[in-house]
Amino acid sequence: MNMSSEPSGDLPIISCRDLSKVYRMGDQEVRALNNVSLDIWPGEFVAIMGPSGSGKSSLMNLIGALDRPTSGEMWIKGRELSAMNRDELADLRNETLGFVFQQFNLLSRQDALSNVKLPLRYARREIRDLDARARECLEMVGLGNRMDHRPMQLSGGQQQRVAIARALVNRPSILLADEPTGALDSRTTAEIMQLLVQLSKQGITIVLVTHEADVAAYASRQIHFRDGDIESDSASQRTNLLSEQSS
Amino acid sequence: MKLKVASTSALEALISNPLRSLLTMLGIIIGVASVMVMMSIGEGARAQIDAQIASVGSNLLTLNPGGIQRGGRNQGGGSGRPFTEADVTAIADLPFVEAATGVLSGQATAVSEEGNWVTTVQGGGPDYFAVNNWTISEGRLFTDQEARSGSAVVVIGASTVSNLFPNGNAVGQRIRINSVPVEIIGILEAKGQSGGGMGMDRDDTVVGPLSMVRNRVVGGNRWVSRHVSRIQFLVRDGYDIASAQDEVAQLMRDRRKIAPGEADNFSIFNFADMIKQRGAAMNTMSMLLAFTAAVSLLVGGVGVMNIMLVSVTERTREIGLRMAIGARGGDILIQFLVEAVLLCTLGGLIGMSLGWLGAFGAAQVGKWPMSVSPVIIGTALGAAASVGLIFGFFPARRAAQLDPIQALRHD
Repeated sequence: MNMSSEPSGDLPIISCRDLSKVYRMGDQEVRALNNVSLDIWPGEFVAIMGPSGSGKSSLMNLIGALDRPTSGEMWIKGRELSAMNRDELADLRNETLGFVFQQFNLLSRQDALSNVKLPLRYARREIRDLDARARECLEMVGLGNRMDHRPMQLSGGQQQRVAIARALVNRPSILLADEPTGALDSRTTAEIMQLLVQLSKQGITIVLVTHEADVAAYASRQIHFRDGDIESDSASQRTNLLSEQSS
Repeated sequence: MKLKVASTSALEALISNPLRSLLTMLGIIIGVASVMVMMSIGEGARAQIDAQIASVGSNLLTLNPGGIQRGGRNQGGGSGRPFTEADVTAIADLPFVEAATGVLSGQATAVSEEGNWVTTVQGGGPDYFAVNNWTISEGRLFTDQEARSGSAVVVIGASTVSNLFPNGNAVGQRIRINSVPVEIIGILEAKGQSGGGMGMDRDDTVVGPLSMVRNRVVGGNRWVSRHVSRIQFLVRDGYDIASAQDEVAQLMRDRRKIAPGEADNFSIFNFADMIKQRGAAMNTMSMLLAFTAAVSLLVGGVGVMNIMLVSVTERTREIGLRMAIGARGGDILIQFLVEAVLLCTLGGLIGMSLGWLGAFGAAQVGKWPMSVSPVIIGTALGAAASVGLIFGFFPARRAAQLDPIQALRHD
């Protein structure tokens, strides 16, 4: 697989065309996304940045198949999302996407292993040996010895590792991380980001939302949002650079 | 698999809030307990009635002198001219009568060497035992010869035995009845309490040959010789009881020379009918309990719905997360539906143990056999689970229809 950030010969794994999202707040219309077009290629590690209200979270929700755009089109692995019903979107989230949240969102009554197993329980296809798969993922994030701990018995960084293991357990093509280090101190932040870099090297496409530049620096491509539109995209700059050089 | 997962997480949710779960279950508990007591009373009472009818025989008719309402006033059995042994023979000769006996009864004091006891003395013919469905547990019945000659022998009931002979060994002993010495030749198989449904003990009895009882215990009638106080007879199987009743009535009108248009001066009593009527009263009570059960299940169901709505609101974020990682609306629906059904079923189980106690108490009071059949248990649990299903559906559907984004942002 092509690990570089440059557009490969493959189709983009995520593709947005003229995406708009308009929220209605009373009489006011809030245009969170304004005709955004964007391609993300397999294996890319993309950081989406911008101040709050810039539309980065709205885009994340659309990519995560959690929300529908007001207008525009959106493809994930070649499938157009607007044609899919609620159940199909749920299955897409289950099979193709992995989510990591700022607040971890672990089930407090269940231990780490059960939390990691949760997506497997909603899988439509038959998965044999759920326990082995969940263990494997927990070991991958370095929590092989904390499987029977409940979230309350784990540190913030450890909880986020459990959440990452949960996001990986169904072997998704895309990992979506919404401010994954927002609730962590700087040392733990570095650890978690190292883990994401490591996963990226294994070929998984990662889309990360953050407002911290040093967190975004771990990614191979940075996209800045402002007022619902792309302000800058490191990939296009590089492409421009490349095209300038070649000319 | 999916259901197992759902029930595990549902159980955890219930256990994590035990007091709330218990309070929510209260309505279900009361409802299910009522269902159980109601059905158990129904079954127990029916079993008791059936047993009583079986013990007296559903084809037993009793002829009493007097009786029947006259001018709105009940004359009462025994107020008219008594029957005679000739009447008994006439009835016994009817083709549809299987067996008939005259009965003469009175209260008397029985004295043994170990104690004394006031009991009911019955004089009967040789068919007395067959007609009244009595069997012997020890010793023997009196023979036709003894019945005809009026020998001083008696067969006594189980309760009388235990009062007169606390140490047993009654057969062959002599007792005195109103100071007349008689020999005990047999002991009757116990029939249990409340023969006529009046709380009397059918086993507290002494049975002797009719003429012996008339001559030595009750005494003769000044105007009617060889009198009996009532006649009992069995109608042959397959013969219509009502027409047998009519024919016997006609026979007695002829024999007692009652002019056409004049009212009967006797009555024919159908024991099975009376028992069935008492059963109807029991049904009214059952209906009342059924109503209680329905109301408390309804109220309980609303309570369950309320708490499930609270639970959905509290766990909105969790629902959002489950949706984000791929739970379909249907998965969420099942999860909350299972939780509601589990809550109700658990309440149902607690209600059943209370209901069992209630049924036991009712059986003690009503003196019928305690009956908790699989049908009762199935109905009680089924009712509880249905309440969960019906009242859990609305909250579960609300959870299933949540918007994942809104749910995830909820705090």
